[in-house]
Amino acid sequence: MPLFLRHLSLNWLGILPFMLFALLFLLLPTLNIVLGAFQTPDGHFTLSNLANLGQPRIIGAFWVSIKLSFASAIVGCLLGFGLAAAVTMAGLPAWLRGPLLTFSGVASNFAGVPLAFAFIATLGRVGILTVLLKSIGIDVYGTGFNLISFWGLVLVYTYFQIPLMVLIIVPALDGLKKEWREAAEILGATHLQYWRIVAFPILLPALLGTLALLFASAFGAIATATALTGSQLSIVPIVLFNQIRGDVLQDPQLGYAIAFGMIVVTALTNFLYLFLRGRSERWMKS
Amino acid sequence: MKLGKLWAWSTFALCLAFFIVPLLGMTEFSLRMRRGVYSLDAYASVLNDPQFWQTFGYSVVLSLFTILLGMLIVVPTAYWVRLKLPHLRPLVEFITLLPLVIPSIVIVFGYIRMFNTSSFLPLLGTTIGTDVLLTCGYVIIALPFIYRAVDTGLRAIDIATLTEAAQSLGASWFTIIARVILPNVLVAVLSGAFITFAIVIGEYVLAALLDRPAFGPYLVWSGANKAYEPSALAVISFAITWGVLGLIQLISRFNSHTKAAR
Repeated sequence: MPLFLRHLSLNWLGILPFMLFALLFLLLPTLNIVLGAFQTPDGHFTLSNLANLGQPRIIGAFWVSIKLSFASAIVGCLLGFGLAAAVTMAGLPAWLRGPLLTFSGVASNFAGVPLAFAFIATLGRVGILTVLLKSIGIDVYGTGFNLISFWGLVLVYTYFQIPLMVLIIVPALDGLKKEWREAAEILGATHLQYWRIVAFPILLPALLGTLALLFASAFGAIATATALTGSQLSIVPIVLFNQIRGDVLQDPQLGYAIAFGMIVVTALTNFLYLFLRGRSERWMKS
Repeated sequence: MKLGKLWAWSTFALCLAFFIVPLLGMTEFSLRMRRGVYSLDAYASVLNDPQFWQTFGYSVVLSLFTILLGMLIVVPTAYWVRLKLPHLRPLVEFITLLPLVIPSIVIVFGYIRMFNTSSFLPLLGTTIGTDVLLTCGYVIIALPFIYRAVDTGLRAIDIATLTEAAQSLGASWFTIIARVILPNVLVAVLSGAFITFAIVIGEYVLAALLDRPAFGPYLVWSGANKAYEPSALAVISFAITWGVLGLIQLISRFNSHTKAAR
């Protein structure tokens, strides 16, 4: 038994550096914020910080952020799925597949500040597309469109959401076995029936899971929105950023509560993702 | 089937247009600095700005340290988990996925609170300490990508046999990891390194809130203060991302191990 114990402790030591690093720079800082959300400035337990989240400014920011993330996730999910399906199964030439996946890898990383610049140059007030459309009689800004509005941000976020969706869902589509379709056809299923009864239920967990991941990626994004709107738009990460920077001096404890709220929102959606991904992988194995 | 193909092509064309138009837009806009003609003035202005070189250089150096530290932590851990602690894999993977769950602005907020001058580890008290903290933060942000890349590489080789062979020849653990395992997963390590580079170069919120002169905050500053330079910077950034990720594709194409796994 001592030998066994010694082996056990040695094996544990192998991942100790990783665990310590994660503890110090990921888990403890997060825990610190969570605890801070429940403390008064002198360290006593309180719920008043969380209660302060109820003020209209904060509630509004959370609501806009959730709507924005959800809308861009849905649009990205639908278009990304369409694109992935078009390339994997609907008979587009096979050579398109490699370049599309490579491009998706690049485009999903082309987020942040440069993405905002690209859209300002294209659809800003003097952007090339805005000017071009105006010259043929379509006044984009006349219709009430604005790049730094809600739908403007949805449009910009979609740019990295679609490739993200393609990257995640192509393997899932590849996992749909030919035999399943053949079996369904032999049993007399129509094209639509195969999709509705066989393929869709198998893909559903992966689809919902990806939706959750896209939601979280939009919810935490701040660089694009900052570069686009100059920290004016009231979405949660920008509100928190201003709170940390000290532009809003009224209540330092409020920052912890906002950060805690962000963790709760993304944690809920992501645990859904992990849970659903586990379920869909059972089908995709072997 | 005809209808299906039409639908597929139109979806493809729509997405393609959506992807390409902003890229064209920023490229065209970046060339318009001189009135009436296309010119490279905006690029010249960017390249002549000492701040561009300072911030870019700073981010490159930090990304190199991030890659070094990240690999130092991830390679032995992923190897060890696969070899000796397979039952702990779910836990380790869960931890590596956490940075996708916790927004980076929350993590850096935690740093500001935890490592301030009156804490047990006052990293924020000095400039060099802040740089170390920023590097560690970058490692955390890149962790999901580094870990996945390395773990995929390890899956493609038979680490148990390699380890036993090395051990029976008398190799130490350090020799096994540095001279047997690492060369075999070098492609995976490189692809993880390139993704890390792309992430660190564009990162904004960590550097901004820790008040360090990185490339991301410079981009935002430029966007708020200049007209044509931001577009030139966007083109340059896109070229860097494209180049770096293109390199990953190129390298992995020459790699026999990943091919065997497919």
